[in-house]
Amino acid sequence: MDRPAPGVGGGGAEPPARDGPALRVSGLTKRFGDRAAFEDVSFEVARGEVFGFLGPNGAGKTTTVRTLGTLLAPTSGSAEVAGIPLSAQNGEAIRRRISVMPENPGLYLRLTVRENLELFAALYGLRAPTVRIESALDAVGLADRSEDRCGRLSKGLRQRVGLARALLNDPEVMFLDEPTSGLDPVAAREVHELINGWRQRGVTVFLTTHRLEEAERLCDRVAILNTRLRSVGRPKDLRSRLFGGSLVVETAAPLPDPGAVFGRVTAVKEWSEGDHGDYLLSVSDPRQAAPDVARAVVAAGADLVSLSESQHSLEDVYLQLIDDGSAPQ
Amino acid sequence: MSGMDVGRLLAMARKELREFRRTPFILGAMVVLPVIFIVEPLIDIFRLGSSTPASVVQKVVGVTFLLMLIVPAVLPSTIAAYSVIGERDQGTLEPLLTTPVRRSELLLGKALAAMIPSVLASYVIFAVVLLCAHLFASNQTVVATLSNGPEILAEVLFAPLLSGWSIAVGTGISARASDVRIAQQLGTLASLPPLAVTALVSFQVLSPSVPVAVGFGLGLLVIDIAMWRVVAAMFDRERLITGARALTAGGGAGGGLPPGTARRIEMVHGGGHE
Repeated sequence: MDRPAPGVGGGGAEPPARDGPALRVSGLTKRFGDRAAFEDVSFEVARGEVFGFLGPNGAGKTTTVRTLGTLLAPTSGSAEVAGIPLSAQNGEAIRRRISVMPENPGLYLRLTVRENLELFAALYGLRAPTVRIESALDAVGLADRSEDRCGRLSKGLRQRVGLARALLNDPEVMFLDEPTSGLDPVAAREVHELINGWRQRGVTVFLTTHRLEEAERLCDRVAILNTRLRSVGRPKDLRSRLFGGSLVVETAAPLPDPGAVFGRVTAVKEWSEGDHGDYLLSVSDPRQAAPDVARAVVAAGADLVSLSESQHSLEDVYLQLIDDGSAPQ
Repeated sequence: MSGMDVGRLLAMARKELREFRRTPFILGAMVVLPVIFIVEPLIDIFRLGSSTPASVVQKVVGVTFLLMLIVPAVLPSTIAAYSVIGERDQGTLEPLLTTPVRRSELLLGKALAAMIPSVLASYVIFAVVLLCAHLFASNQTVVATLSNGPEILAEVLFAPLLSGWSIAVGTGISARASDVRIAQQLGTLASLPPLAVTALVSFQVLSPSVPVAVGFGLGLLVIDIAMWRVVAAMFDRERLITGARALTAGGGAGGGLPPGTARRIEMVHGGGHE
């Protein structure tokens, strides 16, 4: 690895805490004049975690990445990036240990892929740049396009060059800002596969995205931001925290008295009729409640067609949290 | 400048030169301007007969020297004016600023890349004009005046120093401008005042001598250094990314502000912050 010794060239940087989280953010706020880009944001990201940062346009996602990437100074609060406190003095030391890929990968279009990477390898002061460049190109499947000018590449390929660049310095934390924005499904899937590969190699990835299915597929945990942090957790936990468990019951014919049928089952807290003639039951533990519900339906003389656990999507969680400004973290 | 990494500085300069080579506008300017500035004075020099009055000869020599110094004064200012805002426009500034590159390395790398071709072009023009004059001019006074030690010294000293001024001013404008074209026009304008000084020497309003050349050279050097300090101070990561400069409590990560600075945000102009 070409990463220099901790603190080198950091202008008095504190040595990084290797055992702590990759990111620790506490009460971080960034204001532009009277307007808060994000406010009082706190979370931690463990090393090796793929952490999704979700939010609508203008929620403060990109500004958060820029702040943690040392491009913007926070207005208040504190943070540690790759174990180093975020401060003016530590900017260079942090930048050595992270990589940031903005939404627009920002390539020099008149230069070839290799020339772009050569520049960044030199700026990171890598000792074996050729090896690192070849390795990064291999990782993103661009070894055979290294002599192509970036201006002649498709958007998907440019995105991959950006990812190769982000890999060059073997970062402890990789910030990817909307890495699949504007990509077609095939190109987006290729990026997903790359990120999945990095997760398996233990790279910490901080991923901002609009694509909820992307976050659901890739992220160990997600944070939902709308200027303030709405919630942080595993998608599954967020779902159960917000919606609890639920069962969907489908019968061959409508139940004559569904209230009486479901009222006999103690595990059922609430019920409602679904859009397709089915019934949606709110239960504390779907697996435990399902046999009792099945018995109750059959006992009522109805033909049970299906009984399944209802899955709220991350989109349901997201919309619920974004709509509900007062939702707790 | 302490702790400057020469490798990073040269990497920036190499990148810039590669881009220049592939930018038709810059490449065209690098080729066309020197050709014009070789041909035009040579026509004047070859027109001079052996009995042309000394005052006319001196005027031709003055114009020749001035033309040769226009290239290092004007050409790099156009390039430098593009240097920062051009990066911002094509979205390359943000990735660049997230690397460990320091402000001084980035700026000097860009300056070096703008200076090398301009100064080289100036020296080549001078050498070609001098050689052609020696070989083909019928007026020997013009040949002798062009080969005059102080005149050559002025050319050698002033070319990089004028270039340094132009680049500094152009970069400063580029760091604050919101439009590439405006930056380039302002940069070209701002590069002209020091030419007035050289015009005084070229037209012998100030008699050219080694002390005069060195004196003006030192003066330009001092101005260049002062200008570069101003430009370096103008290069603020936060302002470049968002158009706003933040003053924060406790010292922020990006602005390099001293800890304890009062919490205040100064908006320069609105930016599309998400």
